Amino acid sequence: MVQTTAAQKTAPAPARQGWAALRRRDTITRLSVITALLAFTLFGLPQLLSLYYTDAMTQVAAYAIVALGLGMLVGRVGLYSLGQVAVLAIGAWAAARLLFATGQPFPVVLVEAGLITMLLGTLIGLPALRLRGLYFALITLMLSGAITVVLATVNFPNGGGGFTGYNGGSLHIPAIRRPSIAGTDVAYYRYAVVVAIIMFVLVYAHIKTRPGRAWAAIRQSEPAALAAGINITFYKIWAFALASFITGVAGGVLAGADRFLYSIDFHPQDSIALLAVVLMGGVYSMYGAVIAALLNSLLPAALQDWGVSQDWLTILFGIGVVQVLTTAPAGIVDQFPRDMKRLGGLLWRLVRRPAPGAPAASAPPGAPGAPGASRGGKA
Amino acid sequence: MIQVDNLTVRYGGVTSLDGMTLAFEKGTCGLIGPNGAGKTTFFNVLSGFVRPASGTVRAFGTDLLALPHFRRARWGVRRTFQTEQAIEQLSVYDNVAMMASSLRGGARRADVLAAIEFVGIGASSYAPVGTLGAGQRRLVEVARAVAGKPRLILLDEPAAGLPDEETAHLAAVIKSIPGQTGALTILVDHDMSLVSAVCETTAVLDFGKLIAVGPTATVLRDEHVMRAYLGTAEV
Ligand SMILES: Nc1ncnc2c1ncn2[C@@H]1O[C@H](COP(=O)(O)OP(=O)(O)OP(=O)(O)O)[C@@H](O)[C@H]1O
Ligand SMILES: [Mg+2]
Repeated sequence: MVQTTAAQKTAPAPARQGWAALRRRDTITRLSVITALLAFTLFGLPQLLSLYYTDAMTQVAAYAIVALGLGMLVGRVGLYSLGQVAVLAIGAWAAARLLFATGQPFPVVLVEAGLITMLLGTLIGLPALRLRGLYFALITLMLSGAITVVLATVNFPNGGGGFTGYNGGSLHIPAIRRPSIAGTDVAYYRYAVVVAIIMFVLVYAHIKTRPGRAWAAIRQSEPAALAAGINITFYKIWAFALASFITGVAGGVLAGADRFLYSIDFHPQDSIALLAVVLMGGVYSMYGAVIAALLNSLLPAALQDWGVSQDWLTILFGIGVVQVLTTAPAGIVDQFPRDMKRLGGLLWRLVRRPAPGAPAASAPPGAPGAPGASRGGKA
Repeated sequence: MIQVDNLTVRYGGVTSLDGMTLAFEKGTCGLIGPNGAGKTTFFNVLSGFVRPASGTVRAFGTDLLALPHFRRARWGVRRTFQTEQAIEQLSVYDNVAMMASSLRGGARRADVLAAIEFVGIGASSYAPVGTLGAGQRRLVEVARAVAGKPRLILLDEPAAGLPDEETAHLAAVIKSIPGQTGALTILVDHDMSLVSAVCETTAVLDFGKLIAVGPTATVLRDEHVMRAYLGTAEV
């Protein structure tokens, strides 16, 4: 449509090609690192870990999905939800009920649990979407309290009949079914990691295409997004629906992991801790969700193993959130590499300290300020 | 072609636009006036952020004020803001592609790339906007405005704070927008040399009232206009 015009400034060729080449190299490196890490997580890690820690890592996989959803809400559309644990509970309930009631394959149940949660979560969240900031956080906290009360009354399915599937007097509570290929804890751990990977890919595909652009525009400025013809309400609902869907799937994964679900497994106040770890991990990066899940599920297990009081966690998370809010808005995922780079630069300078009288050494390669140094907000 | 009739906007006791009546035929038109004259308010009315107390706006045969604000971008209203709105974390391409468009797939991609090519950013379309300079970011915003099928492009002080050579490049780009896209372009700026270089027609607002309109050179020599800018405003 548009032809070249006189208005065009011809850019130096290397600058134009630079980003494409850099991007390609970057993508290849990143892909190989991710593949290696995933291969290790799937095959190496279970060999090294005891069953206790393998189970903890299954929880990490499930909570990484939850954290991913919450991080997306906070980082992409600025919705601070304090109700994610209730959404997770809905997913777990739905999956458990379906697993007892039907003989459907496990993946089908996961998708169904995700869809049911998406529907309920969005319906419940719809009125809340009109609110912002603190009001949104408060209303989601209260709604999640309400959901918890309902679930405590209805109870989690334990193999009974009817809608609730609850059999109060049962002495022999059957365990929630697992996929046939993942009956053992180690196999189920791998299964959970694979489900988490699929959910991460799903979210990544959203972030890199039209919805992701729309979310970025909304976060930058709602008037500017409106002026660009972006339907703000629609894309906010979309973000909420997607987050609810993956959280529902995570609920299904938890149902298969824990095998016996009780309403006490889903405290509304855990939503607050979840928001804290998600903020600490970093909401602008998908890796932040993994860090958040490690903080949320591996750290408590480790503390218990070492015999350290869990109260330290509350203190640690409190300090962590303050640190994020004051100095590192992009979280650990952004802060840690920068600290490491600075440390690397420092060590390099120590090693290469010029002999007295020698000319000053050139700048260390790890020095900050190199062109293309990554900024906050990378997916 | 845009025809504004008797447009009035009030914020409580402040009358930001006071019975503004104006017609722009085509090309790039200037809209100038001292601080607080109501230029941004006018743009806000056109893009639907502000509902006027009275008045009508017809653009290319459409009653613009009757369109809900979220439809206006699809109709072809484009605007930039006084504060820059390029999104740092996204690439140049994604920044432009966020603009609503009726095009899909390959045609859309080609259109976005053509818009980036047209403004001559001098950086790859893959480059994150966070790595660009101020002038380049402004060009990203202009590219966003020419993508899709624009009919009415509103530029709110696009050259504010730019050095001279970048302003010159921006001026050349803005000047060629109507020829490229067929859109009527309205430029608000305090830089008179930019306005004279780019706009054939210019209108002057002062305290919400239109005090002059005509060929740019004539308008800039008008004594009412000079007086308004010197601050001895007569209402
Ligand atoms: N949202 C608002 N609420 C109240 N008053 C407003 C609002 N927006 C603008 N005004 C007032 O309307 C008048 C016109 O403002 P406007 O922003 O349109 O001026 P402008 O011509 O764009 O000025 P500048 O050159 O400084 O950008 C000013 O007196 C301003 O204070
Ligand atoms: Mg203004």
